[in-house]
Amino acid sequence: MGKITERLYNGVIKENPTLVLMLGMCPTLAVTTSAVNGVGMGLTTTVVLVMSNLLISMLRKVIPDSVRIPAFIVIIASFVTIVQLLLQAYIPSLYSALGIYIPLIVVNCIILGRAEAYASKNPVIPSIFDGLGMGLGFTLGLTLIGIIREVLGAGSIFGFRFLPESMDTLTIFILAPGAFFVLAILTALMNKFKMKGAAAASALTSCDSSMCSGCVNTGCAGRIKTMTEGDK
Amino acid sequence: MGKLLTIAIGSAFINNVVLSQFLGICPFLGVSKKVKTAAGMGTAVVFVITLASAVTSLIYKFMLVPLNITYLQTIVFILVIAALVQFVEMFLKKKIKSLYNALGVYLPLITTNCAVLGVALKNVQNSYNFVESVVNGFAVSVGFLVAIVIMAGLREKIEYNNVPKAFRGTPIVLITAGLMAIAFFGFSGLK
Repeated sequence: MGKITERLYNGVIKENPTLVLMLGMCPTLAVTTSAVNGVGMGLTTTVVLVMSNLLISMLRKVIPDSVRIPAFIVIIASFVTIVQLLLQAYIPSLYSALGIYIPLIVVNCIILGRAEAYASKNPVIPSIFDGLGMGLGFTLGLTLIGIIREVLGAGSIFGFRFLPESMDTLTIFILAPGAFFVLAILTALMNKFKMKGAAAASALTSCDSSMCSGCVNTGCAGRIKTMTEGDK
Repeated sequence: MGKLLTIAIGSAFINNVVLSQFLGICPFLGVSKKVKTAAGMGTAVVFVITLASAVTSLIYKFMLVPLNITYLQTIVFILVIAALVQFVEMFLKKKIKSLYNALGVYLPLITTNCAVLGVALKNVQNSYNFVESVVNGFAVSVGFLVAIVIMAGLREKIEYNNVPKAFRGTPIVLITAGLMAIAFFGFSGLK
């Protein structure tokens, strides 16, 4: 039980993929034009993440080490395709709102990152909850950004407009630049909190060093390792 | 010819892959510290995306459509791209040493670049034919190259500025990207 809560806490708070690890930036910036889209994207990714973690953890002793990255990618891509077809059939509005970013979940660093860093080394139950925690953390981050952008840009929350029609809103926040600005302010706030905490612990870790390192360390370094082994 | 030009300008500038489509954000933020590395990464991306657009377009037309398995496109495309990147790397290493030395380190990073898969899927979505796909792939990646080189140039200057502590690192880069995105809105006048 302790392990499960620890995994959930780790995914949602400690290693929040959006706000702390800064992984999966493409969907984070692209689909958060409204809170509903943020929630939809987050939950879709969560489903894929939990399923792929489950299967990869079950197969962790079967998949040979040298071909694990391609194997993970096939597993992830299969689940993404399944989810895509389900969305197309049952939630067509979300399907058309998210568009091309649904198939692009395949290349979301978070999923391959968790497969490589956790599911391929740990038993099934903790892996499921690792996926769930990370997925919920991602959903939380996307929803937060979605809400901020929707409130500032359209004067509404979850499609419910609370500003009078006569009032102008800051449309730029639901356009492309707004995504960059909102995320910039959020990461700056995170840095500020981190600096306060770090002043006590005197261990300041700049956000820049962690930038995309998850991607590179898990996805690519693994790939490079596989390749060099192949060369031998 | 007119249609190809429209596709090219539309993909490279008006709907810039990084600044308005948000594809390839990872390398855009991660590999844009120096103009030289940014240009290397950008060139490698141009090379791979153009090639990948051509290959995926052919595979879609001659394998997936005749066999009626277009729903497998995501799986097939990502595998083709991963294999292609490895193949290009091995080919360059063996045959064109100079190009490999220039682009080699960036190639493995490209598989996780969602722009490559994104372009392949967009080509199918817009039902581009072979030539249009290749032109679109090339234009998109040139847009990426332009954006990442501009970003690297700006970041080299930002180094010397007194940025507030909390904004150092990622936040100031994101703000810069937002301002660039606004600047790129100017291109929509070309429509």
